[in-house]
Amino acid sequence: MSWGAILMIAAGAYFFKAAGTFGLGRYLQNPTMLAIGTLLPPALLAALVAVQTFSTGNALVIDARAAGVIAGGIAVWLRAPFWVVVLIAAAVTATIRQLT
Amino acid sequence: MAVPGSKSKPYVKDGIIVGVATGIFAIGFGVLAVSSDLSVAQTMVMSLLVFTGASQFAAVGVIASGGSPATAIGSALLLGARNGFYAITMSRYISGSVWKRGLAAQLTIDESTALGTSQDDPEDIANAFWVGGVSVFVCWNVGTLIGALGGQAIGDPNALGLDAAFPAGFISLTAGALRTRAGRIAAASGFTIALVAVPFTRAGVPILLAAGGAVVALALVRPTVAVGPAHPQDDGPGPS
Repeated sequence: MSWGAILMIAAGAYFFKAAGTFGLGRYLQNPTMLAIGTLLPPALLAALVAVQTFSTGNALVIDARAAGVIAGGIAVWLRAPFWVVVLIAAAVTATIRQLT
Repeated sequence: MAVPGSKSKPYVKDGIIVGVATGIFAIGFGVLAVSSDLSVAQTMVMSLLVFTGASQFAAVGVIASGGSPATAIGSALLLGARNGFYAITMSRYISGSVWKRGLAAQLTIDESTALGTSQDDPEDIANAFWVGGVSVFVCWNVGTLIGALGGQAIGDPNALGLDAAFPAGFISLTAGALRTRAGRIAAASGFTIALVAVPFTRAGVPILLAAGGAVVALALVRPTVAVGPAHPQDDGPGPS
């Protein structure tokens, strides 16, 4: 990843925070914008889950990743902490790769 | 900053607990970032300057799956927009010089806002925000460094199943949102849009298109919007 991209993300992330702090974002403070701001994270994170679990390039695939991610999802459902979720997903996927 | 005597206030303990939890979470970010070809220095700059977990994870995740820098930047910024709403809320309680408020802006994330708004007294709100923000900032960066240095020692990330750890971590990040109906619809819509788009678009684009999932959810459910996560304990850890 290039330094330019990292610095642009940093600048953009700070821009949103500062816009709110210094009143520039006040005109965005209506219920619709607020709701979209709240709903973007689940939509985008779920998309990342879909793409990184079920695709390789432009192909839709089901492989060892799916088993690990589903196991991790169950762990989330059972309210396991982050590091447990990640560990379970990695362990299940790595084990399946070892066995196949 | 914390006033003298605030040590006895319960929010100091809360802030430290939330900070330590995010520090553990940050170790995961550090490992995943260096396994996605970021250098240790780049990984640290991200945690120091971007300092909003979901955006950091998304940017690294898009790059890891072969996306362009533009789509990585786009995903990260869409995820960072909500900090602006938190900042509007917190700006009512944070006073002082431009520099002090500029620093407060950088510390405005899910956790610090939630810790602040869990208080009733205006002065407690400000102090809880500062204690939580500083605690999370320090722990997040220490955790990132530990993860980035440790991650370098890992040979083949896929042999360890790290490619599955990434998406599983994202599920953990959404756990709080998934407890609301609107959040579940947004997630299901984003998931579906992305999968449908995969065969037809370049890497990274499905993620940006999935932003439409938020609009779908908004059209179907009018969510009850709070200023931040209701309680820090209810949410996944990490400045998400």
